[in-house]
Amino acid sequence: MAWFSSRKATKETFSEDIWMKCPKCEKHIFKEDWQNSHKVCPKCNFHGKLTAWERIGITLDQNSFVELNSSISPADPLNFHDSKGSYKDKTSEAIKKTGLKESVVTGTGTINGLSVVVAVMDFRFLGGSLSSGCGEKILRASNYSYDKNLPLIIFSASGGARMHEGILSLMQMAKTCAGIARLNEKNIPYLSVLTDPTTGGVSASFATVGDINIAEPGALIAFAGRRVIEETIKQKLPDDFQTSEYLLEHGFIDTIIHRSEMKTKLHQILSFYGR
Amino acid sequence: MTSTKELEKKLAALMKSPDLFEKEIRDLKSEIAISRGGEKSLTAWETIQVARHKDRPTFKDYVTGMFTDFIELHGDRRFSDDLAICGGFAHLGGESVMVIGHDKGKTIEEKGDRRFGCALPDGYRKAMRLMRLAERFGIPIITLIDTQGAYPGLEGEERGQAEAIARNLVEMAQISVPIICTVVGEGGSGGALGIGVGDKVMMLSNSVYSVISAEGCAGILWRDGSKAPVAAEALKPTAESLLKLKVVDRVIQEPSGGAHSDYAGTFEALREAVLSELRPLKKIAPAKLTKKRFEKFSAMGIYNE
Ligand SMILES: [Zn+2]
Repeated sequence: MAWFSSRKATKETFSEDIWMKCPKCEKHIFKEDWQNSHKVCPKCNFHGKLTAWERIGITLDQNSFVELNSSISPADPLNFHDSKGSYKDKTSEAIKKTGLKESVVTGTGTINGLSVVVAVMDFRFLGGSLSSGCGEKILRASNYSYDKNLPLIIFSASGGARMHEGILSLMQMAKTCAGIARLNEKNIPYLSVLTDPTTGGVSASFATVGDINIAEPGALIAFAGRRVIEETIKQKLPDDFQTSEYLLEHGFIDTIIHRSEMKTKLHQILSFYGR
Repeated sequence: MTSTKELEKKLAALMKSPDLFEKEIRDLKSEIAISRGGEKSLTAWETIQVARHKDRPTFKDYVTGMFTDFIELHGDRRFSDDLAICGGFAHLGGESVMVIGHDKGKTIEEKGDRRFGCALPDGYRKAMRLMRLAERFGIPIITLIDTQGAYPGLEGEERGQAEAIARNLVEMAQISVPIICTVVGEGGSGGALGIGVGDKVMMLSNSVYSVISAEGCAGILWRDGSKAPVAAEALKPTAESLLKLKVVDRVIQEPSGGAHSDYAGTFEALREAVLSELRPLKKIAPAKLTKKRFEKFSAMGIYNE
């Protein structure tokens, strides 16, 4: 790729069809390279956000995925309205925009032939927020793992609990973790893959209690928001604060895996479980 | 503290020119409602003020006033002793229990040492250590929840605030002795839930329990922190709402005037509630207890299908 880095995107050669700017390093990169690497920047290794279906596509064997509980969608338990309108409208918009019914897609499939249950969050759906429906789908996925004795892999991408559902969204943290607890008791593998971003109520529940916690490079992984912390402690925080690398250094992540190697490594890890 | 009577006198004076003192009158009315406490007419925002009342009983008041023979046990055996969560053995109406709760502190100095009851990971890990200890000896666990939330700071993130809370959620689901949790003041988000998974979850009538503070929610969804009273209504954090949503099993009526005006009455009401829930729980076999706890939390949530 040496020719690539030496080549300059001049006004003449720049075309929106072919080129794009990396969201992180802002260098011009080929759209085709970005897509081929599944949204990883060839210049700075930035890992862009994947949709749930893109993630399923690069993780599970072709045509192996069978979706579970696809009909679960948000209700509006509090009849919630804020300054911008109703929660009902917000969810219908998200459903229309993403083609999803909730912030997570769950199902079964195989990874290089090994059967697994997966739950994949999608940040496009109201910031991947944890709602009653999302919590229910994750619990049912872990129950399916439990009943069928299959490993569970959860890919997290979430801003945290969905406050439009009030206390019920908070309770999904306890609910999903109760499901994980059952897997632990039956020695069923649970791998947690933390992707950008995994924060708030999702980081403080199922995402950080995998038997093995895996992160993609450079993901934001946090409990409290950076701004809130800076306001509380009145000091600047280090640049790498709350990144995958920071969490690895502090002992909360087992390993950071590049997107291009994720499938192979997941398979490898599961094979150690005698699966 | 200004008495309700004095406040009412002041209100009567302002009412002579209601147009001039519109805002003052509104604030004063709300202050009067709060000082009365425990009455049905409180808005969600007013209930939050009662739950945060400076004279409301704190953890140490409960352990001295409601329990006997409290022996405080310190430290998480990992890093430190976080005073924002306090716990130890105690007796409650003849029962041996492990009592654990957030401690906001009373004096300025205590409040500082306890970060106003906002715990670090060390606090959640201490709580879990004590719960596992209680479990080994078949001692029931009583938790008292009263926090704005887990402490948002550098050291908390560094030592795994998220993991500490998450771990407690997993382990509290497995603990094989009865757990009874009561929100006695503020139930602030994950920081509250971190000691809030139990066979029975109860709330004092003027306590609140919410996924986010009204101020925080207003800041995000209204882009205006001053809209907190509106956000409070929308979040429905009151005991009554949570009972309807089947998140809590029981609301314990505080004495008229609120917990801050009658400690003894509050302790008596809570003691009676805890003991009446505890006795039947003690008869349930451990495996059945955790199964029922799993089913209880599994059922939480409202969605379409
Ligand atoms: Zn880049």
